[in-house]
Amino acid sequence: MQRYAAIKDSHSEQRLYRSRLILSLIMVIIFFGVLAYRYADLQIFQYDSFVTQSERNRVHVQPVAPKRGLIFDTNGVLLADNQPSYSLVLVKERVENLDDTLVDLQQLFDIDIKSVEKFKQRLKRRAPYQAVPLKFRLSEDEISRFAVNRYRLSGVEIKAQLVRNYPESASLTHVVGYVGRINTSDQEDLARLKSNKTNYAATDHIGKIGIERFYESTLHGEVGSQYVETNAHGRVLRVLQQEEPNPATPGADLTLHIDADIQKKIYQLMEGRRGSVVALDPHTGGVIAMVSTPSYDANPFVTGISTKDYAKLRESIDLPLFNRSLQGQYPPGSTIKPIIGLAGLHYRVVSATSNVADPGWYQLPNDDRLYRDWKKGGHSHFINLHDSLAQSCDVYFYDLAYKLGVDRIHDFSAQFGLGARTGIDSTNERSGLLPSREWKKQNKNQPWFPGETLNIGIGQGYMLATPLQLAVATATIANRGERPIPRLVKQLPETKVVHENTFSVADNYWDQIIDGMEAVVHDRVNGTARSIGRGINYRIAGKSGTAQVVGIAQGEEYDEDAITERQRDHALFVGFAPIDNPQVAVAVIIENAGGGSTHAAPVARKVFDWVLEANARKQQASDK
Amino acid sequence: MRGQSDFVRSLPGDPSALSIQAGRFRRWHIDLPLLVLLVAVAFFGLVVLYSASGKELGRVLRQLVYLGISFTGLFIVAQIKVKTLKSLAPLGYVLGIFLLLMVAWVGEGSKGAQRWLNVFGLIRFQPSEIMKIAVPLTVAWYLSDKILPPKVQTLFIGLIIAILPSLFIVMQPDLGTSILIAASGLFVLWLGGIRWSFLIGGGLLAVVSAWPVWQFLLHGYQRQRIMTLFNPEDDRLGAGWNIIQSKTAIGSGGWDGKGWLNGTQSHLDFLPESHTDFIIAVLAEEFGFMGVVFLLLLYLLIIIRGAQISLAAKNIFGSLAAGSITLTFFVYVLVNMGMVSGMLPVVGVPLPLVSYGGTAMVTMFASFGVLMAISTEDTQR
Repeated sequence: MQRYAAIKDSHSEQRLYRSRLILSLIMVIIFFGVLAYRYADLQIFQYDSFVTQSERNRVHVQPVAPKRGLIFDTNGVLLADNQPSYSLVLVKERVENLDDTLVDLQQLFDIDIKSVEKFKQRLKRRAPYQAVPLKFRLSEDEISRFAVNRYRLSGVEIKAQLVRNYPESASLTHVVGYVGRINTSDQEDLARLKSNKTNYAATDHIGKIGIERFYESTLHGEVGSQYVETNAHGRVLRVLQQEEPNPATPGADLTLHIDADIQKKIYQLMEGRRGSVVALDPHTGGVIAMVSTPSYDANPFVTGISTKDYAKLRESIDLPLFNRSLQGQYPPGSTIKPIIGLAGLHYRVVSATSNVADPGWYQLPNDDRLYRDWKKGGHSHFINLHDSLAQSCDVYFYDLAYKLGVDRIHDFSAQFGLGARTGIDSTNERSGLLPSREWKKQNKNQPWFPGETLNIGIGQGYMLATPLQLAVATATIANRGERPIPRLVKQLPETKVVHENTFSVADNYWDQIIDGMEAVVHDRVNGTARSIGRGINYRIAGKSGTAQVVGIAQGEEYDEDAITERQRDHALFVGFAPIDNPQVAVAVIIENAGGGSTHAAPVARKVFDWVLEANARKQQASDK
Repeated sequence: MRGQSDFVRSLPGDPSALSIQAGRFRRWHIDLPLLVLLVAVAFFGLVVLYSASGKELGRVLRQLVYLGISFTGLFIVAQIKVKTLKSLAPLGYVLGIFLLLMVAWVGEGSKGAQRWLNVFGLIRFQPSEIMKIAVPLTVAWYLSDKILPPKVQTLFIGLIIAILPSLFIVMQPDLGTSILIAASGLFVLWLGGIRWSFLIGGGLLAVVSAWPVWQFLLHGYQRQRIMTLFNPEDDRLGAGWNIIQSKTAIGSGGWDGKGWLNGTQSHLDFLPESHTDFIIAVLAEEFGFMGVVFLLLLYLLIIIRGAQISLAAKNIFGSLAAGSITLTFFVYVLVNMGMVSGMLPVVGVPLPLVSYGGTAMVTMFASFGVLMAISTEDTQR
């Protein structure tokens, strides 16, 4: 039986094959049905969720940095604007080998090691797929060099962005300040306000000092957003127009009280000298000019100054980075005398007609020490307040200070803003020093000695003031007791003029002090600054000062030639003009220049001339 | 001799005109319906490829060159007599085994897999490609003079012939190809009438032996692929990324797709391997469900034509070979479309006639050449 069965039966094999094939085809159709169902499930039943997923892949919301507000001077001259600049940026996720690429770029674009290190710091604080800048302000040559080498620099791109530019820098750096890249400490500051985190999402720069810092929130504006199409590598391919954009709100523009033209003239006049000039409008507190020399160009700070250049600025003994107008604390010297004199009248310690004998020195009872007058042999046998101001008699004010005592000097001077920050709308302001018994107890752990009161009487000793404080104090005299808060920016609601501290002193006392100050300039025989009173068609009330930098030992004489330049006296001058309608109050300090009347007063005269000239021009223009 | 057509004006699509045309093709051993279907799918494939490769014409031109080579290969294979194919099959099989051993010995690799053989620096090729044709033909050759349904002994030897090459190939490792080659051999056994009891027993054995295969035979990345199939969300940016993105591409195509060249998933680089293994996702995204169904219909027609050819074959060898080639083609489609849509693990199987790539395409067309040789066996030139 088995032998027969072993014979191949092609007919039955065909039948068997046919049945198996038909079975297979049925399976094929079933499986194709399953496939079709699977695709239908994805494409029809789950369509909505996959379309959403696909859009989420493709469309991303990107923050758009607001345009930073511009800064203008009082006449509309642009002091800070935004200019397009090209930066070399890297997207770390798209760079194949970061170290190799960096070495490559260093050679191509001549980038120093420090910049690379800074770049690596920035790399740590970035969001995924965020472009991190390596080099700023590329030249056209560098841009074309990039284009040629682009094919082997994956993840490296050139990004155009607006970068802050200061066209009038150097003369205005200490006023306007500058912006710089947001660093770790800025981020910590920003993190304190939750809203800032999103608001600065697209911002690279932040105000570091000056107006740029003080008005950061005003200048910055509000971040916007746009919808962009990105590919799988996070690269933005295009901005999607059909989606509703949320445009960024640009920061507000600021207009300053500063007159850039005058500021520049003063800066040029002060070039080569170290010092500060502050000119205020006594009515509004508006700062017309605020110069600190030497200064520096702020533009390199915006995109990151090189370590070498920064070290040069930081280590210069002329301290260009130091804003003398707000941070420089100097002994006011004789410029304090009008205030001391007014205190004497106010407290009725002296009168306009009372005299003091001046042999050229002053001596306290029970004290051997001689307090010298700057003028050998004294001014005259008997001298009154008016002449003491005009001639800057030290002995008169030793006597007056002794009679007033430290407490009354302190309290009265404080009303002029000495010893406290003026509250100007800028950064890093210092408070100066108006000494008192309490201050000395706390800081020196010593009682107050009467001799120290004498030193305060002539603005020496512990007393220190910033040039801005002296300008404010002078404006307070011009306003006869209304102390303005100095303001750089005008036209902002929060900068309404506040005469914070108005105090009353009898009018005739003000007259007597201002008369004395007028004589400083206009007394052709005795006025210490009579040299600037020549060829003038308005009246200045002023006071010169010469502040000692080093103490002069008992019995020693001050010899200008014998001591080094850095130990020479500071030259000071304060004043306001015109007397009948004060338009400007000025404080001038020139470090180590010598006598205030010969070195500082001529600078002040020029400032008066320029400001009054500019005001007259404006008046003329508005009359027409 | 002049035919009827000289006197009858035929309309386009007139069946009589077609049959005369077909007769002319048959003389050159070309099965016209199958050729038309293959050209249709290949053309559709080129259209999709242009989009999938980011509108890069160069890649489309290269694919055209591959297609030209493939059709030439198909034509040459179709001219070979079935008898000759039958006697060549075991020789090819032995050569293939030898070359697979060579690959393991001196083969070249890329991406951690060793699949290529370099012949004197002239040709680089994958011996597994030979096996795609040699295995079904050899099993068919072996069964053709045995009594069907096969006895246990016959079945056992057939199984060894079918599975042995796959064991080498899975070591390379190339899981997708080894599955397809084993399947092509097993289909011959299935069509040859393997008894249901063996089938069920074998199925049970496969389930039982799955664990040692999983544990010892599969590479880590293959296990990972199977794992992520079931939970692609677990590893969104790693192994699951491909599946999530391809499903997103397919799903977001909807009914009628985003339009040709408008697929965002592929054009924005979210879709990996968009011009090779995952090209169906591009098609589904741009042409929608209708495009998918259209392609499935073309594939189904090819399979039905293959089934017709196998039924009409003059001998059991031809039937078994043609049937196995047709069903293997089906498995290609099933595995590729299943894996891209997240139904099956990603095993690296191209979409036949559509995915970009030279060698696999030439082999695929050569196997259709075998079909055509079988289809036109009796035709005299």
